[in-house]
Amino acid sequence: MSHPKHTDYNGDKLGMWLFLFTELLLFGGLFILYAVYLARYPKEFSAGGHQLNLVLGTINTVILLTSSLLAAMAVTAVQRGQQRLTMGLLGGTVLCAAGFMLIKYLEWSAKIQHGIFPNSPRLIQGAPGESIFFSLYYLSTGIHGLHVLIGAGLLGWVALKVRSGAIHSHDYVLLENSALYWHLVDLIWIFIFPLYYLML
Amino acid sequence: MPSDTTAGHIASYGKLTAVWLCLLILTGLTVLITRMDLGGYKVVGALTIACTKAGLVIAFFMHMRYEGRLLRGLLFLALITLALYMGLTFVDVLYRGLP
Repeated sequence: MSHPKHTDYNGDKLGMWLFLFTELLLFGGLFILYAVYLARYPKEFSAGGHQLNLVLGTINTVILLTSSLLAAMAVTAVQRGQQRLTMGLLGGTVLCAAGFMLIKYLEWSAKIQHGIFPNSPRLIQGAPGESIFFSLYYLSTGIHGLHVLIGAGLLGWVALKVRSGAIHSHDYVLLENSALYWHLVDLIWIFIFPLYYLML
Repeated sequence: MPSDTTAGHIASYGKLTAVWLCLLILTGLTVLITRMDLGGYKVVGALTIACTKAGLVIAFFMHMRYEGRLLRGLLFLALITLALYMGLTFVDVLYRGLP
């Protein structure tokens, strides 16, 4: 390769942040819906919130915070040129993502077994506020879970690029932007956790 | 040199680990205070801790502390937009049906 690749580090990062702002507004909209319906149905929301599993919610919070640490460390590692460590840290992040999704799966299947899912006969016959609570719960954690899957796929792909040498200490903006995406996933959960599991 | 050229700031492993420990302690704290009978203060407490945790993640894990004025200004703008959405929605929702 005789001619150098055109790169724009600051432009790449600016683009990523602009995208993250749209994500913030997407989840912000879901939080507004939550707040409006909480104001209208406080009793039903409280009853719904107490049916969620606090232990599993807390474990998932710790898993995501840890995965975020590993992703942030991976950026440091690639900047320092520690290729194997970068790959290990990214692998750890993906492993945390898998753990998070496994727990989410257990949570959702327990709820579904109890007849709690959007449009289920039990929710249709129950109070309207309760079905709204669980619809918002499934929508918020579902879209968040989708982001976890996308983020994990992205970081796995980036790890392969680190291994092949395409990402290294002089060109790592792809890793940095993927880590930013992963931190956003963590950031959203930081708010979902108290709203749904804790404060009701 | 433009003010936004901060490429290459390296956050040390020690500092990142310290931030992670703070995040874990705050998580424990928020679980603890929401188990207590505090009424409306529970919501205030849980959301204050959540905002603190979010601030730590954005500042250190996402390197916002080391970014230039452009990104910090845009983040501020996005948060203000979100706050306006929420505020204006509640101006409607809370006072609907009142004379």
